[in-house]
Amino acid sequence: MDMHAHDRRRFLAIGAAAAASAAPLLTACGAGFGGGNSKGDGSAADDVTGPFDWKRAKGRTVKALLNKHPYTDALIADLKAFTEKTGIKVEYDVFPEDNYFDKLTVDLSSGRASYDVFMLGAYMVWQYGPPGWLEDLGPWMLNSSATGAEWDQADFFPNLLASDQWSLKAGAPLGQGGQYALPWGWETNVVAYNTEVFEKLGLKPAETFDELREVAGAITRRAPGAGFDGMYGVAVRGSRSWATIHPGFMTMYARNGLKDFTVEGGRVKPAMNSPEAIAFTRDWAEMVKKGGPPSWTSYTWYQCSSDLGAKKAGMLFDADTAAYFQAVKGASPASGKIAFHPGPKGPDGSLATNMWIWSLGMNAKSRNKSAAWLFLQWATGKEHLRKGAIEYNHIDPVRKSVGQDPAYKAKMRAIPGFIETFETVVDQTKIQFTPQEQFFDATTSWAAALQEIYGGKNASSVLNSLAGDLASKVG
Amino acid sequence: MSGRASPVPEANHGAASGAGAGKRAVRAVPAWRRPLRPYLLIVPALLLTGGILYPFGLGLYYTVFDFAASKPQPDLVGIENYRRIFTQSSFWDSARVTVAYAIGAAAVETVLGVAVALLLHRASFVGRVLEKILILPLMIAPVIAAIMWKLMLQPSVGVINHLLKPFGLGGVQWTDTPTGALLSSITVDVWVYTPFVAILALAGLRSLPASPFEAAAVDGAGWWFTFRRLTLPMLWPYVLVAVIFRFMDSLKVFDIIYALTEGGPGDSTMVLQIRAYLEAIRFQRYSFGISYMVVLWAVVYLVTMVLVRYLGRIQNRAAEVPG
Repeated sequence: MDMHAHDRRRFLAIGAAAAASAAPLLTACGAGFGGGNSKGDGSAADDVTGPFDWKRAKGRTVKALLNKHPYTDALIADLKAFTEKTGIKVEYDVFPEDNYFDKLTVDLSSGRASYDVFMLGAYMVWQYGPPGWLEDLGPWMLNSSATGAEWDQADFFPNLLASDQWSLKAGAPLGQGGQYALPWGWETNVVAYNTEVFEKLGLKPAETFDELREVAGAITRRAPGAGFDGMYGVAVRGSRSWATIHPGFMTMYARNGLKDFTVEGGRVKPAMNSPEAIAFTRDWAEMVKKGGPPSWTSYTWYQCSSDLGAKKAGMLFDADTAAYFQAVKGASPASGKIAFHPGPKGPDGSLATNMWIWSLGMNAKSRNKSAAWLFLQWATGKEHLRKGAIEYNHIDPVRKSVGQDPAYKAKMRAIPGFIETFETVVDQTKIQFTPQEQFFDATTSWAAALQEIYGGKNASSVLNSLAGDLASKVG
Repeated sequence: MSGRASPVPEANHGAASGAGAGKRAVRAVPAWRRPLRPYLLIVPALLLTGGILYPFGLGLYYTVFDFAASKPQPDLVGIENYRRIFTQSSFWDSARVTVAYAIGAAAVETVLGVAVALLLHRASFVGRVLEKILILPLMIAPVIAAIMWKLMLQPSVGVINHLLKPFGLGGVQWTDTPTGALLSSITVDVWVYTPFVAILALAGLRSLPASPFEAAAVDGAGWWFTFRRLTLPMLWPYVLVAVIFRFMDSLKVFDIIYALTEGGPGDSTMVLQIRAYLEAIRFQRYSFGISYMVVLWAVVYLVTMVLVRYLGRIQNRAAEVPG
C-alpha cells in the first residue's frame, strides 16, 4: 500500500514535470505568439509571368469576408459576371458592421488564411498594416502579367488611392509606402436635410457652424408643432465608438482648422485639448443636446440614416450615402423630400471634409493570391463599378470615368443637390486624421470623452485627461 | 438501510440479470493490469486539469511580455503590465463600476428571488403556472435580452416610455446618463437572473422540514417571526449558493452591458471585462488585455473563496442543529 502511494506521488510528479516542459514546446509549435510578421523580401506577384490572362486561376475559389452594406449588395449581385470571366468561384460571409471589424481583426490576428480578401476602411490599414497582415498590392499593380491594361490605375481619384498607401510610420503622411488596399467605394460627409420641414419653418441650410446649431435647435423646438411629430434637428452619431468621430464631427472639426494630433520631431502629440478644440467640442455637444437625437449615446449611422428617412430628423450630418439610401424613390417616407448641401463652412470658408473609404484588401497569409488579385482587380475595375453605380446603389465612385458617366449623372440628378454637393467638396475631401497605429483606441476614447461632455462634464478637464492618456500611448 | 450498505452485491446481481445472465461471469482483472488501474483512472482527471491549466498558464505567461499586434516579437517586461494597470485611474474607475454592478445586481436578485420563491411556495394552480413563466428569461441569451431591453428603453419609440407617458414620465433617456445606464444594465441583469435565484430558493424551501413550522404555527407565531427566525436561517445555505453564483457572474459581466451601452456613456458602465476585451481584441494589446483578465480572475477567486468558506461555516452550523 505504501509502495503504491509512493508510486502514485512519483507518477504525478513526473506528469507535472512533463506538462511543464511541454508548455514551451507547445508554444513553439504554434500555440505561442501568433500572427507574426509575414513581411518577406519578395512578393508573390513576382511569380506571375507571361501575358495577362483572366482565366489564369480558373477552377480556384476565393473566400471573401464582407460587411453588410449596399455596396456589398451590388458586388454580390454581380459575382456571376466575375465567375464567367475568370472561372473563379467566390465564397463569402457577410457580417453586420457592429461585429464585422471584430471578426476581421480576430481572423487576421490568428495568422490563419480563412479569408483571401476582405473589406476594410483606409483607417484599418494603420492597424492591420504594421503587423504584416495585409498584402502589399503595389507589386501586383506594377506587374503587367498580373494586371490587365484596362484596369487603368490613373482612372482612380488620386486622393483615394493615396489614402490606402502608407509607410507604416506613425505620423507619416499617406500616399507613401506600400499600397495596402484598393479604394472600392467611398463616402464624403455632408449635410442632407428634409426640404418639407425646412420650407414649412422657413429655414435655409446652414452656412456656418453657429447657424447649424441654431437651425438644429429651431427644428427640435418648432417642428413638432408644425406637424412633424417627434422630429428633432440633426442626426449625428454618438455611440461609444471610433465611428462617432470620423463623419460629421471630424468634418466640422477640420473645417475649423483643428487637428487630432500634431507631429513634432517625428513624435505624435495629441491636440484635441487645444483651447480652440475644447471650445468646438463643447459647442458640438451643446448642439447635440439642444438639437440632436434622443438616446444619442447609442446612435450609429444606421439610426441616423433611418431617422432622416422616417422624418424623425430634420437634418443628417454624416456620410452622403447614409442619406442617399433614404432619398432613393420609395426607400423611405422622406424619399423625394431629401436634399443635399455641402454643410457649414469653417471660419475661413474651408470645406475640408473627412471621408471614409471602403477598400478591398488581400490577406498576406492567403495561399490563393493570384486568384485573389484577379478578384480585387475585377471588383475595383471600371466594368463592375460602373454597373454597381448605375444599376445598384454603389454610389460615390472611386473612378473618375464612372463619376463622369452620363448614365450615372442622370441617375444621381434625381436627388436634389447630390451631384452639386459632391462636386463642391470632392477636391477638399481627404482623410483628416493623422495616421497612427492607435487610431481606434484614440477615437474610441475621444467618443467616450464626447459623451462625458454631453453628459455635463467640463470639456476642458475631460479633453485634457484624454490627451494625457493618449500621449503615453501614441507618443 | 441494508440495501444502501451493500452496493457491490446489488451491482453484481444487476449484471447477472437479463438474457443469458446465467452464463456470464465477471472476469477477474488480470494481475498485470491491477497496478495500472489507479493510473488509468486518473487519466481523465489529468486531461481535464491540463485542459484547464494549460490555457490559463499560457495566459499568465503572456502577461509578462509586451505582446501586441504592433509588436509580434515581444520583449520580456516582467510585471510591467500589472504595474501599468494598477497605476491607471481608468482601472480603478472600472473596478468601482464592476463592484457596484455586482453588488447591486446580486443584492436585488437575491431579495427579489427569495420573495418570488416565498410567493410560489404556496401550492396553487396560479403558482404552478407562474413557475413555468418565471423560467422564461433564463432561456434567453443575455445578449438577446439586452438588445430587447435596449429597444424597450429607447426614449422615443421604446415601449417603457410609452407606458410611462400617461404618468408624465415619457421622456426618460434611460441609457444616456451615467446613473441611468448603470441602473438600466442592472435592471436587465435582474430581469434575466432573478428566476435563477428564485428557483434555487424555491428548491430550498421545498426541502425544509415541516415540523418546526408546524410547531411555530401551534405556538401562534406570526408570518414575519416565522420567516425571520425559522425560514431564513434554514434557507440561508441555499440563498448563499445563489448569492455566490450571481456575485461571481456579475463580476464577470460582459454581454449585457456591452449590448446595452458598450461601456458608456463615457466610461460610466466600463466594467473590467469590457475594458479587457477592448484592450485585447479591439486595440490588440494582447498582453495588457490578458493582464486585465488575470486581475479580474484573482478578484473573483478571492471573493468566491471568502464566500465559499462562509457558506461552509453556515452549512456546518446547519448540520449541527438537531433535527
